[in-house]
Amino acid sequence: MNAHVAHHFDNAEQQFVTANLGMWLFLVTEVMFFSGLFAVYTIYRYLYPEAFHEGSRHLDLVLGTINTTVLLLSSLTVALSVRAAQLNRQKQLVWLLVATIALGTVFLVIKAVEYSHKFEEGLVPGSGFQLRHPYDEAFADSSRARHVELFFAVYFAMTGFHALHMVIGLGIFITVLVLAIRGTFHSEYYTPVEVTGLYWHFVDIVWIFLFPLLYLVA
Amino acid sequence: MSSTIAGAHVHDDSHSHEHTLGFLQKYVFSLDHKVIGIQFLFSTLLWFVVGGLLALAVRWQVAWPWSDMPIVGEMLFSGEGGQISPEFYTMLFTMHATIMIFFVIIPILAGAFGNFLIPLMIGADDMAFPVLNMLSYWVMWPAFICMIAAFFVEGGAASAGWTSYPPLASVASAAPASGPGQTLWLWGLIFVGISSMMGSVNYMTTIIQMRAPGMTMFRLPMTVWGMFITAILQAFALPVLTAALFMQLLDRELGTGFFIPSGYEINNASVGAGGGQPLLWQHLFWFYSHPAVYIMILPAMGIVSDIIATFARKPLFGYKPMVYSLAGIAGLGFIVWGHHMFMSGMNPALGLTFMVSTMMIALPSAVKTFNWLGTIWGGRLQFTTAMLFGLSFVSMFIIGGLSGIFMAATPVDIFIHDTYYIVAHIHYVLFAGTAMGVFGGIYYWFPKMFGRMMNEKLGKLHFFLTFIFLNCTFFPMHILGAGGFPRRLADAYHYKTFSHLQPLNEFITYSALGMGAVQLIFVFNFVYSMFWGPRCGRNPWRANSLEWQAPSPPGHGNFDFQPIVYRGPYEYASPEVDEDYYPQTQPPPEGRQAEAEHAHH
Repeated sequence: MNAHVAHHFDNAEQQFVTANLGMWLFLVTEVMFFSGLFAVYTIYRYLYPEAFHEGSRHLDLVLGTINTTVLLLSSLTVALSVRAAQLNRQKQLVWLLVATIALGTVFLVIKAVEYSHKFEEGLVPGSGFQLRHPYDEAFADSSRARHVELFFAVYFAMTGFHALHMVIGLGIFITVLVLAIRGTFHSEYYTPVEVTGLYWHFVDIVWIFLFPLLYLVA
Repeated sequence: MSSTIAGAHVHDDSHSHEHTLGFLQKYVFSLDHKVIGIQFLFSTLLWFVVGGLLALAVRWQVAWPWSDMPIVGEMLFSGEGGQISPEFYTMLFTMHATIMIFFVIIPILAGAFGNFLIPLMIGADDMAFPVLNMLSYWVMWPAFICMIAAFFVEGGAASAGWTSYPPLASVASAAPASGPGQTLWLWGLIFVGISSMMGSVNYMTTIIQMRAPGMTMFRLPMTVWGMFITAILQAFALPVLTAALFMQLLDRELGTGFFIPSGYEINNASVGAGGGQPLLWQHLFWFYSHPAVYIMILPAMGIVSDIIATFARKPLFGYKPMVYSLAGIAGLGFIVWGHHMFMSGMNPALGLTFMVSTMMIALPSAVKTFNWLGTIWGGRLQFTTAMLFGLSFVSMFIIGGLSGIFMAATPVDIFIHDTYYIVAHIHYVLFAGTAMGVFGGIYYWFPKMFGRMMNEKLGKLHFFLTFIFLNCTFFPMHILGAGGFPRRLADAYHYKTFSHLQPLNEFITYSALGMGAVQLIFVFNFVYSMFWGPRCGRNPWRANSLEWQAPSPPGHGNFDFQPIVYRGPYEYASPEVDEDYYPQTQPPPEGRQAEAEHAHH
């Protein structure tokens, strides 16, 4: 019997399929979690379209686009790392995991830069919120302008929870990397690489929805 | 699943495992699903006591408002001279409901019974993810600590009702207990949500992947089906509540204003940015909390189906319709949440659709009820304690189900909204229904959990007294509700219209005190039987399902043989064998062997 098969499984194949199924089901719960946030986005964008228009123009389209590219690249390195494990290419696996972790970190650093700009501009919801440089002066003077704060509440909640998932994903990838350096994975056993990869793709897909909904609606 | 036959040797190494475990690993941080199930059982039973005492305090105030509470009054409210304060009363019913729903019923069904029974009933060694399983229990502890701590912080525990509607719950200055108590409430529920999520992913994966050879989906006992469909409900609905809880937390701590409306002022100070929708919270909350009602009853329906079939000594009537009706209830349960909001402001056309979809739930529920009756019909009934609780589940569920149809009708609901009619309904479903099913389940599976029988005489005494007192407690609440008596008011007699209802309330409170007291019989029976009950063999009830073929209590790895399943779990009074039961693992007589082999390949 394979050393990686836990005693309550019959064989490696059952363990692999089970771990995959577990991750897919977990991702279903994650989809529902983000659905709650997307529902809130939908309702408020329907109610306050101009505020979302105005708020979206304050987001940094360049940094957002760079981040989208960075995340898509990391999805590629993850997919290749699974293939490397399947083909017993140990060295390649390690480097692809390092690349994934690096790209994930770049994303989070850029996100942090964006957040700090928002703090400087006073666009963080709460008592200090202020729309200092509105794009649409007429709208900014109307009573509907304060709904821009709601846009930023939605923005911070959605991107914040997305970033939290990235941080957790990076933590898991670092563990997987340590295991990979020790040579744990080979063509017969690469379940952790596969399921962590699934999780990472999910986090990417969430961003693929967040980017147009938040950055491109202006 | 026939590929798993190849793994018949898995037990060899699992037993050597057992001896090397220390006390902490074996009983505290155990990975064994049975220990985790029993941990859930004890924790939830302790919370049951807390929730019950809170309910009795509520009843005290409703029957004799502002009178000194005996014994504990001086201790709790020395400031008010032994009386309950209005804020404290609000806290009492909030925490009663929160604890009973999130810390008793849901974790006792999924956490205790689900954990203990699923691997045993499907013939697996353990859950698919034992570590995740252990975490699902230990993540409950931060929740426990939040709930206990809430009673001691400034302003007391949460008081915004278990539904935690904004803006009362969203603004810290809205009420005395809207401060740290409410924050702890939110954190507690977030942890419960994480625990349930972990549990449900594990249950679904285990049931799909870990079944013994021959155990097809349509050979699963109804208890497992109940747990499976409940896990689906939890996985799909609960994360939405978690998202909403986080948003309410952000509203409170960071001032985001997701649920705080425009122009909202407290003490002449405006609160929040405005533009938030309190109704949105209600939608998100009930999107989970209506399916939660089914999370709280579907496993009990499964448990009762097993108990009734075993003690009627007859096959379960209509096995597949029972499965499909469970699925039907769960599916419809997702599209009816709006019926909690008829009075919150809703387009009448939308109200109508919610009304119709709600009423449709009566159809699968009726299928279940008639099938239970069909199972009993002509059976050779054995009135064990478990059977008595099972039968009372069916009869009480009919009462709770029927009153549910009344309140689904919008015009009726507008009258009985926020009255004791609602209280009567929820308690007929959750106490007279689910809690009775849970008691039945405990009496039924206690021998498997601890290897000893519970005392049947004490059990029957416990049953009859509980049954009488619960009906005396909850049935008159329908009359209160029809009289318009409001729930959640600390002193409704302030309105003269309701003063004639006080004697009825006193009767209810006496009954509730009696109901609380007779639970001591259960506690005694449980503790006594755990240590001194007569030892039982593997199959004291002569039942068919797999858990009864394992030792009592089952060791680490559950089965001392590789279970191979030949038939469904309800083959009682089969003409093929002389006994009146026919265990799922018993090979068919010669000649039928080939046929059965064919069936499970």
